[in-house]
Amino acid sequence: MIPIKSSEITPESVYHDRRKFMKGVGLAALGGLAVAACAPAVAQPTAAPAAATTGGTIAPAAPAASGAMTDELGDPVNTFEEITNFNNFYEFTTDKEKVAGMATDFPTRPWTVEIGGLVNNPAIFSIEDILSRFDQEERIYRLRCVEGWSMVIPWLGFQLSTLLELVEPKSNAKYVRFETLLDPEVMPGQRSNWFDWPYVEGLRIDEAMNPLALIATGLYGKDLLPQNGAPLRLVTPWKYGFKSIKSIVKIDLVEEQPTSLWMAAAPREYGFYANVNPEVQHPRWSQRTERRIGETKRRETLPFNGYGDEVAYLYEGMNLAAYY
Amino acid sequence: MLHVSLEVTSTSKNNMTTRLPTFRFTKFQIFVHIVALLPLVILIIDALRGNLTYNPIQAATLRTGKTAMILLVASLACTPVNTVFGFTPAIKVRRALGLYAFLYALVHFSIYVGVDYGFDLQLILLELSEKRYVLVGFAAFLILLPLAITSTKGWQRRMKRNWKKLHRWIYAAGILVMFHFIWVQKSDIRQPLIWAGILAVLLILRIPRVRSRAVTFRTSRRAGGKKSAPPKPVEVNEPVVQ
Repeated sequence: MIPIKSSEITPESVYHDRRKFMKGVGLAALGGLAVAACAPAVAQPTAAPAAATTGGTIAPAAPAASGAMTDELGDPVNTFEEITNFNNFYEFTTDKEKVAGMATDFPTRPWTVEIGGLVNNPAIFSIEDILSRFDQEERIYRLRCVEGWSMVIPWLGFQLSTLLELVEPKSNAKYVRFETLLDPEVMPGQRSNWFDWPYVEGLRIDEAMNPLALIATGLYGKDLLPQNGAPLRLVTPWKYGFKSIKSIVKIDLVEEQPTSLWMAAAPREYGFYANVNPEVQHPRWSQRTERRIGETKRRETLPFNGYGDEVAYLYEGMNLAAYY
Repeated sequence: MLHVSLEVTSTSKNNMTTRLPTFRFTKFQIFVHIVALLPLVILIIDALRGNLTYNPIQAATLRTGKTAMILLVASLACTPVNTVFGFTPAIKVRRALGLYAFLYALVHFSIYVGVDYGFDLQLILLELSEKRYVLVGFAAFLILLPLAITSTKGWQRRMKRNWKKLHRWIYAAGILVMFHFIWVQKSDIRQPLIWAGILAVLLILRIPRVRSRAVTFRTSRRAGGKKSAPPKPVEVNEPVVQ
């Protein structure tokens, strides 16, 4: 019997209060970090270190409606039902509304993540190790799918940078390569040979070290459900959703730019960077606008999904139309 | 015309007193109308009950588009099903199937322009100029529009031979719709390829040589498969109701 974490059994009704409490603790604990811009009731991504950004801080959050969770732009989070029932997870099925049902029996325990490649301290972590070793914090992020829809999601997780610092990348490590579990027995979508499984994604090491890059282990204060990439997944909110690889079993520091599954499948449509960019068009989906799930009107898509202040410095001098 | 005479005899047998055979529907026609209207009814019910997925506008667009495509293929199947397989009732539902295809295409188009893009013409024109699937889909819709308008017997009479010429554009519309369907897929294009294959067969069966051979093959088989049986004179001309 696996012990149930307290976060798993917290009713959603008391979740807001709990969150406010956590936020207070978090603010105190984070201390010196540049979180001063966070409004008290609004969980917000920590700003990039001042040295790394031109502005140094992120825009002040809009005042949140009492009790309602919003992102730093003042937009409310999507419901738990929306987030857990509308999923792109081709390892199960291409039908977004059928993933949840097909993934219910997906075994997330035992689970290990192997971190190796060009590092000084290669390690194999169990999911229990990860949950106890890294403090989980809440991050409310927008998720913009390349297909033109978006959500606002209250993730629970920890910065990828803390994990990478622990394994100490060697100086010749330029990229981080992530891999999803390969097990067609439990992931029936992997029996289709339409894609070159397993799912692979990658980040440049400076992208991976950016404070926005999150390893999520939960959402809405609960453990991740399989359809959302349990037990742990990447979240890079300034990139299209497909970069945020799910159910990770392997992280390698490498010298060469990894080829992601989508790059291999359709190189003209999906690039390595995949930064949200309303200026770079896709052959099928509008990237100028998006539909927030739960809304009728289209919204304008923001460059870097609204996280330009935090991440734009990573791409200075790069032609983002060529490196899409 | 074989099918017309059949229709008249059946109606006169069933009901001697009725003098308006043109307003009578055969069971097959009623079946086709119900089947063609069903997806629209289900769509409306699902929309009212909030059962259209978490992305309802996209779901409605996809559903109506797919139904329009299937009905277009069905309308294009009527002629070969009659000439090659001898199923004459098909001809009586061809116009209706074509018009239903247009109805669904119109709903599909209206959802895209009005609901999805909120009549933002600037944005729609950008999509049209940048996305090939939008371009071919719109082209197919532009073809269907005059065909639907001139689908009546009155227009058929007035346009004479030009009517047939105009309505042959449906073949182009069918091909464009298949490109639309293929290009809108994210990865797996097996399903659109199957439909494109069906369309290809339906178009090939219209080539006079292929059609007459198929007819000969069918009639010889019906005659017991004997080579000695002389091929009966069968209708190789297109039926009047094109």
